[in-house]
Amino acid sequence: MSTLDQLPVGSNATVASLTLTGNKRRRLLDLGFAPGSAVRALQESPWGDPVAYAVHGAVIALRREDAKRITLV
Amino acid sequence: MASYTIALAGNPNVGKSTVFNALTNLHQHTGNWPGKTVATARGTFTYGGETYTLVDLPGTYSLLADSAEEEIARDYIRSGEADATVVVADATCLERNLNLTLQVMECTHPVILCVNLLDEAEKKGIAVDLTALQDALGIPVIGTAAGGGRGLDALRAAVRQAVHTPLPPPPPIVSYPDTEGLCADQRQDAIAGALLTRARELAAAAVRTPEDAHRRDRRLDRLFTSKATGIPVMLLLLGAVFWLTITGANVPSELLSRLLFSLQEPLRSALAYIHLPALLQSALVDGVYRTVAWVVSVMLPPMAIFFPLFTLLEDAGYLPRVAFNLDHHFKCAGACGRQSLTMCMGFGCNACGVMGCRIIDSPRERLIAILTNSFVPCNGRFPTLIALITMFFVTGSGLTGSLLSAALLLAAIVLAVAMTLLASRLLSRTVLKGTPSSFSLELPPYRMPRVGQVILRSVLDRTLFVLGRAVMVAAPAGLLIWLLANLPAGDASLLSAGARLLDPLGRAMGLDGMILLAFLLGFPANEIVIPILLMGYLSAGSLTDYATLGELKALLLANGWTLRTAFCAALFTLFHFPCGTTCLTIRRESGSWKWTALGVALPTAAGVVLCMAVNLLLH
Repeated sequence: MSTLDQLPVGSNATVASLTLTGNKRRRLLDLGFAPGSAVRALQESPWGDPVAYAVHGAVIALRREDAKRITLV
Repeated sequence: MASYTIALAGNPNVGKSTVFNALTNLHQHTGNWPGKTVATARGTFTYGGETYTLVDLPGTYSLLADSAEEEIARDYIRSGEADATVVVADATCLERNLNLTLQVMECTHPVILCVNLLDEAEKKGIAVDLTALQDALGIPVIGTAAGGGRGLDALRAAVRQAVHTPLPPPPPIVSYPDTEGLCADQRQDAIAGALLTRARELAAAAVRTPEDAHRRDRRLDRLFTSKATGIPVMLLLLGAVFWLTITGANVPSELLSRLLFSLQEPLRSALAYIHLPALLQSALVDGVYRTVAWVVSVMLPPMAIFFPLFTLLEDAGYLPRVAFNLDHHFKCAGACGRQSLTMCMGFGCNACGVMGCRIIDSPRERLIAILTNSFVPCNGRFPTLIALITMFFVTGSGLTGSLLSAALLLAAIVLAVAMTLLASRLLSRTVLKGTPSSFSLELPPYRMPRVGQVILRSVLDRTLFVLGRAVMVAAPAGLLIWLLANLPAGDASLLSAGARLLDPLGRAMGLDGMILLAFLLGFPANEIVIPILLMGYLSAGSLTDYATLGELKALLLANGWTLRTAFCAALFTLFHFPCGTTCLTIRRESGSWKWTALGVALPTAAGVVLCMAVNLLLH
């Protein structure tokens, strides 16, 4: 099963599930990373981490270990 | 007269504070990055003969999570204290903003949606059908471009109508799935999913976004944050800010200094004319006036240039990109990515930077950011650095000279940032052990900053404020230092005696006792370190005047300064104990004197060790 951190820059995907709990999960949901949400990897930072994603009309940067907790359809 | 309370809610970075300012004429600084408002600001306006108190809530993405900002916003909205709630949304990414709007509508009534930044949306070809949105939501929807004042009257009228004759509460517009039998996480997913889906449907029906609406933003992002250009462009931008500050401040600084120092003798004559005792004359002129004149002429021009330039970058939305570029390093240091934002605030004022650390949720990471904020030089220290660099390290004049000055200042800042990271890493490996918490950062749309407004606001709000504070400290400090320089202790003045006591330590650090004493006595404010130093040297006998940098350099050279002294003095300017205000702020924000002591000890130790090492190496 692929996760968001593996999504190549310029590609689109749909969120399947979140593999974390509590407040961290809540935070990702609030930012728009909910099951069914369409995401697009836009841009890596100069050091390859974090990566900026387009999600629900905004651009949100996530660190790789957080993106790893988001599985894709 | 009737009075009402209106809450102002919204996502971070939607121009909420601009709406607040435009309605109340209160000058609350607005920044184009998440988490600017960390406490609630209040202001009032009158409309139709009634008074409205506006409560500016912290910007949040939702009301469901448990960060400090969200708790404040949620508790306030739920408390029912407000007679109406205005949700401010960004017209250029309305879908995201509708999520919060729907949540607010479920908590309270009446709610007004203010679709702000319509001008930005129009520039991108994004069309928002406000009437369709109003019909779909069942609440008043007002379009504004608050920066230009557009739509504010309609907003005031809508607020007035909402508190007098509100529309009936709209029927529930989010249909939640049956969550019976689901675990907590699944229930959260279902609720969040339902809200997001509804927001997307609403936006799809009311907003027409052209395919290439965000093309310019993505292009700029590639320039500002890509592997090839991100870091070079960042250094270039910072270098350009420094260069403009140094070259622009040069001439006015000298003019101001000549003017103020030319007034010194007339002032003395005037005091003599009213028969003030000679000692008091000298105390007022040589102590108070000279110190204040120095602080004004050296501080004002660079600040009046640096602050607006920095604010322009901030308003254009560049600072979150800096955080994005540097996050990797902060992660490696075990710190929060938002720390680069508080670090940037520290360039203005370390006390403000420490206070800004409230935007960091994890207590461990917040403490790291608080304790290391003084590692970057504030505006009180920039002029000292610039003076040292221009006097001792730049030989050429004109363009080459100023470019070299800017490059050296840039190098000093890169060193300061590297030391911040090193200190953060040290803390997270020792007393503040832990793994980095999760981190997310919104990269908001770029905006064309309103140049005129930025200049006016940053000169009025920031420059004059900081200058006023510096003068308030400089005047009494000038008097105190004069007393120390002129009261005898044995065969020398108190100042000389103190300097002699500190001399061995100072020498070991490549400085001298007087320099060290100047830093110690400059504890109330970093701006006055050089004036103290001058008074100290002058009281020791060499009676030179010091209206220009050239004369200042002659005085320093006469007191045994070499390149090494200047280098160590610059290092110690970068890394020493925080000023009094910052210490008190650290105490307040960390809640403990123990952490405050560490916040003092850490940069001081770094400075002492670095200076000693350089002294040994260059000996």
